[in-house]
Amino acid sequence: MSDGSEAAIRIEGLEKSYGGEPILRGIDLAVHRGEILVILGASGSGKSTLLRCLVGLERPDAGTVRLSGVDLFGPDRRAVARLRERMGVAFQGGALFGSMTVAENVDLALAEFTHLPESTRRIVIDIKLALVGLGHARHLLPAELSGGMVKRAALARAMALDPELLFCDEPSAGLDPITSAGLDQLLLRLRDVFGVTLVVVTHELQSAFTIADRIALLHRGTVRVVGTPAELEASDDPVVRRFLDREPEEETVETGLLASLGEGGGGNHA
Amino acid sequence: MSGARVRTPLGEVDRPLGGLTRFGGRLSGRLGEALLTLLADAGRMAILAGRAAEQAVVGPFRGRPPRLRATIAQVARAGTQSLPLVALISLLVGMILALQTAGQLERLGVVDLVAGLVSVSVTRELAPLLTAVIVAGRVGSSMAAELGTMQVDQEIDALHVMGIDPTHYLVVPRVVGLLVALPCLTAFGDAVGILGGFTVGVGVLDLSAAGYLTDSLTALTLEDVWGGIAKAAAFALIIGVVGCERGLSTAGGAEQVGRSTTAAVVRSIVLVIAADLFVTGLLYARGGP
Repeated sequence: MSDGSEAAIRIEGLEKSYGGEPILRGIDLAVHRGEILVILGASGSGKSTLLRCLVGLERPDAGTVRLSGVDLFGPDRRAVARLRERMGVAFQGGALFGSMTVAENVDLALAEFTHLPESTRRIVIDIKLALVGLGHARHLLPAELSGGMVKRAALARAMALDPELLFCDEPSAGLDPITSAGLDQLLLRLRDVFGVTLVVVTHELQSAFTIADRIALLHRGTVRVVGTPAELEASDDPVVRRFLDREPEEETVETGLLASLGEGGGGNHA
Repeated sequence: MSGARVRTPLGEVDRPLGGLTRFGGRLSGRLGEALLTLLADAGRMAILAGRAAEQAVVGPFRGRPPRLRATIAQVARAGTQSLPLVALISLLVGMILALQTAGQLERLGVVDLVAGLVSVSVTRELAPLLTAVIVAGRVGSSMAAELGTMQVDQEIDALHVMGIDPTHYLVVPRVVGLLVALPCLTAFGDAVGILGGFTVGVGVLDLSAAGYLTDSLTALTLEDVWGGIAKAAAFALIIGVVGCERGLSTAGGAEQVGRSTTAAVVRSIVLVIAADLFVTGLLYARGGP
């Protein structure tokens, strides 16, 4: 179905609004096989909604999403079901099943979708956990893990079935710089070792520039620019510059309001 | 409307919109909103119940039988969570019922009817209803809390993207588990309730133990017992579906989990009592109470 020229992910004209408020206003984006594409954007830029549409948790109002050539919202539900076994998602908070150990979390998809005997599955689990550096934590419950370990366990679970596509939501959010850097290295390794196509949603500039082959900057529900980190660095688009130079948007600083607050404070003294 | 124009000393004028009218408008708006919410929730519950039934009944023929081990775990959990409370409440209610009726029956000189009265009321009505209320409070609420937390922590989303249907994976074991557990608990409640009546009958009313037991059992028909058990099955369906639906439709943070839990208990109890009236009405229409 998918020949070599087919992009791993092709998004066309994606639109989504909540309660009349447009969140995504026509997204076009292609992700090549084996690349790491980082979707970068401020809070409210629509990046979380875009990711939810990409993994099929949210049905877009318009547009198509093709993953490995399969129309995610198309009529062929069987193809989509098979596709789900070839994609992994690591959620921001890990979304590990709290009542199961780390190993059982990884085992879930293996038990559900493969016919491997338990002894083989145990070996696969050990390999996946070793891959993310959690070989020692297989019997721990999610509540007993640190923030970085949760993210690693979530990655191990997402990689359980050796997916072609891996989606990561804010992999470094809420982590200290060192743990976060370790996670970036892990993502690079997953791509190099397994050739997996990675889509990473983040707002962390440093992490984005470390791992990305290409970066798509999302701004108010549209893709403002797509390019390599170097191209983004060289861009003179005002929105890109503001984001890279960490300058706040005009609306976020309500100078008028601040001024009136200042006056109110003065009034109390009078 | 004829009341729209009012005669005043200055002639006929349109009656202005009074405070009462405006209040009425707001009230009907609220009522309409509440009604729509109710209908939407009822629709969601019906859809979930339909999906769960499809998974449980049709699933096996498509090579997806319900998860047996998870279902057994749910039966065990529902049982252990509720058994002590069901025992206590049934015993107390059996005793209360015997004491309450003994006074009336004594005046008629037929105290020995207490035995049959207790056994029939307990098996037909009290054990199914009280057990359902206890299970709604203990098991229905914990289902809503558990699935609500899973929803808030994106665990339900994780199941979706893995291609695992949460209805099959989570709802069917819980509803089927309750369908097994609640009738069993109810049968247990029947026995303990009768025992409660027995302790009062023999200990306080000085009835003979053998006579009390014989009277209890001869008063009962098989239909009394099965009617109560059938009711329990219907209540189990309500509690399971309401608990799971409230849990899965939790949106927002941890605070919403608490709301879902409370809503699950309140709705289950209201629906259980309404269903009780409905089923009892049907039985009455079929051949007397």
